[in-house]
Amino acid sequence: MSRSIHFYLFLVVLLFLSACQPKDSLNPVGQYEVNEEFSGGSLTTFDFGENAFGHSAPDLNFEQENAFVVGNSFFRSNWTTAPASASARDGLGPIFNSSSCGACHPKDGRSAPPSSFGEPLNGLLIRLSGANGKPDPIYGGQLQDKAILGKKPEAKVGVRYLEISGTYTDGTKYSLRKPSYHFSEWAYGNIENGFLFSPRVGNQLAGVGLLEAIDESSILANADINDYDNDGISGKPNYVLDELRKNIVLGRFGWKSNQPNLLQQTAGAFNGDIGITSSVFMKDHTTSFQTDLKDVPNGGEPEISDKNLNDVVFYLQTLSVPARREFRNLNVLKGKLLFCKIQCASCHIPSFKTGSFHDIETLRNQTIRPYTDLLLHDMGEELADNRPDFEADGKEWRTTPLWGVGMIKTVNGHTFLLHDGRARNIEEAILWHGGEAERSKQSFMDLSKVDRDNLFKFLESL
Amino acid sequence: MKKFILVIIMFVAFTACDDKDPVPALDTQKEVLVQYSKLVYANYDDAVETAIAMTQAIETFVGNPSEVTLLAAKNAWLVARNPYGQSEAFRFYGGPIDDENGPEGLINGWPLDESYIDYVVGNTKSGIINDPTSFPKIDKQTLINANENGGETNLSTGYHAIEFLLWGQDFNENGPGERPFTDYSITQNATRRAEYLKVVTNLLVDNLTEVRDAWETGSVYSTSFINGGEVSLANVLRGIGALSKGELAGERMTVALENRDQEDEHSCFSDNTQSDIQMNFIGIENVYKGTYTSSKGIVTSGYSLSDLVALANASKNKTVLDLLSQTSLNIEKIPVPFDVALRAGDPSKNIENTIISLRKLSDAIVDAGLAIGIQVNAKLD
Repeated sequence: MSRSIHFYLFLVVLLFLSACQPKDSLNPVGQYEVNEEFSGGSLTTFDFGENAFGHSAPDLNFEQENAFVVGNSFFRSNWTTAPASASARDGLGPIFNSSSCGACHPKDGRSAPPSSFGEPLNGLLIRLSGANGKPDPIYGGQLQDKAILGKKPEAKVGVRYLEISGTYTDGTKYSLRKPSYHFSEWAYGNIENGFLFSPRVGNQLAGVGLLEAIDESSILANADINDYDNDGISGKPNYVLDELRKNIVLGRFGWKSNQPNLLQQTAGAFNGDIGITSSVFMKDHTTSFQTDLKDVPNGGEPEISDKNLNDVVFYLQTLSVPARREFRNLNVLKGKLLFCKIQCASCHIPSFKTGSFHDIETLRNQTIRPYTDLLLHDMGEELADNRPDFEADGKEWRTTPLWGVGMIKTVNGHTFLLHDGRARNIEEAILWHGGEAERSKQSFMDLSKVDRDNLFKFLESL
Repeated sequence: MKKFILVIIMFVAFTACDDKDPVPALDTQKEVLVQYSKLVYANYDDAVETAIAMTQAIETFVGNPSEVTLLAAKNAWLVARNPYGQSEAFRFYGGPIDDENGPEGLINGWPLDESYIDYVVGNTKSGIINDPTSFPKIDKQTLINANENGGETNLSTGYHAIEFLLWGQDFNENGPGERPFTDYSITQNATRRAEYLKVVTNLLVDNLTEVRDAWETGSVYSTSFINGGEVSLANVLRGIGALSKGELAGERMTVALENRDQEDEHSCFSDNTQSDIQMNFIGIENVYKGTYTSSKGIVTSGYSLSDLVALANASKNKTVLDLLSQTSLNIEKIPVPFDVALRAGDPSKNIENTIISLRKLSDAIVDAGLAIGIQVNAKLD
């Protein structure tokens, strides 16, 4: 009899406790939430090695396994100059940023920027526009820094870093590095004066299908453009062009939420980054001014078939997320509480439930923990690229999903973060936060070293 | 009293039925690792020797280009592919072949960027070979530098580059590529082509030798591997599990089958893919059963994974052995050449059946690993 009373009491207490409540004021520890370690719901993997981002959803049937395998193949494999015997994989370029998806998303993870001036770009690309925000007439909307044999790349890019030092409230010193970009050898004419550019590294791909499966209404529920709730945070949705339906829809993928779904993101990347046409983007991305690139043999029309493109998209959609590590560790839980207390969670919203609309059944109705609201936020002057992207202005960036951030070191062998990879680790990434995040950043800087370390432990557990 | 005895009996019965499979004794684990290292060395050594023989056949060919010498060079390539195909069972765990600096991409990179190397249909002037202005000298360093191309992976060296240079592009529905031997005597840039072929072949021998030597008894790597206990054992399993499911069933066969594209096969110039598949499979069998038979018929064998698994769980061992037999039969039924079977759409489902049994084999290998206390993640990739 007393047992069931205890049980009901337990339920009641559970109801009132959220993840963020301190256990008691003398022992502030975040709460472990049941199943929080399953970051991807049933699409959670327990491989914590270098292939942690590359596992598929469990229980795919035979046809789905095949689609995953084919998609993986076309994702990883190099594209070659046309005409090649293996004709399903030719049509590279003639100008490009990399010859495979995997080169910029190695092992479905994050790529690194050049570390010194003169080092070639290997995972970083540069978006372009004129001063008016429209694509440059000669070079278009993206700079391709590589070319097939016998053709010229659009330009050379060198990256330099300037060290900027600062001090925490407790006196500890830190140093950040700010990148600057140097362009030379423009091969197809002068780029217009005052052109705008945006450097972007390849982001990790674990869980992107689950993000695609979130209802629009769930995302918009967190939008607060005018900051009506007066918390200093004003998440803004980006509305972008859907190329297939030719209408304006909510964006959710890309550093500025400029892509609405994985099909368009993937087809856009094939076209802009590798020079591969598809039925979504049938024209090569070169402009009419680049006459030397006109009569290059192509790899078919389109260069990637619908079937292979759809398989690549399916592959991405069914990628699982690595489970949390150390999720019951006391220091991690302390860090989790701090994450809420200093309001990181206002933009890096811990969890969502996916909708029931997605074509792929296993993506529906999953409780996931991506730590993002998928909305745009003003991140301040220091992080700005000053280049608009649909409705995102020059200071706005999408909240990056934090799931998997602690695995980047194991998967990719580095810890470079933020849109241009400037942050050398999680600590620096936090210190770059400004704009809407300025208050949280200040709270972070006011923390003791012990508290800061616990916050890092929590983030590394994601 | 009776109740008490019954309870005791039940207690004993429950504790006796330990459902955790026993971890084998440390010295039997090590014995497997020692034998595995010897097998790996023997396999790579075979690859080196047959590659050297290929180098000699190629020297003879370019010194005296003719139908006969070209055929001899091609045959030498085919022979050299056999040990390499078997050695792919040692990939996928960051060993000497594919750690950070591992030469796997240099050795077996695919697909090849043909236009980057030589002329192609539709562009007679393409490639390094036909560009003496940008590439005045063709030597190992030139090729290595050219391949860097801003950090890109290598698409112009290795077995398939040699294959391309011997057979040429394959646009032939009924056979392999038909490059004329005169490409090395009369055709423009014949001398440079010969140079490229020789350089790329020598580079291959260098790369294979480097990997083989890393496994020599007493070397740094092989010593740490042999003493690596469960970590090393897991790697042994990972290699064959990943080759079976991800690489062979997946990358090499499923993709080809799904695409029905005749030339989306790994040895697309020579149409040697069925043999590649068979060699990969034999490599898996070699590791599980602990035996390698070289091109010259020399046998290296000893205490194996199969022995270890059988000790722990005879039934799981049998499952693997049965799947090995079944897969072997399925592969033998695949019509040769592979690309014709692809084009026909695999009507008797031989390719599909092979894919299914290879995936099951991988799962059974992972399961056998659990029997000896090893957890492996051999995923679809």
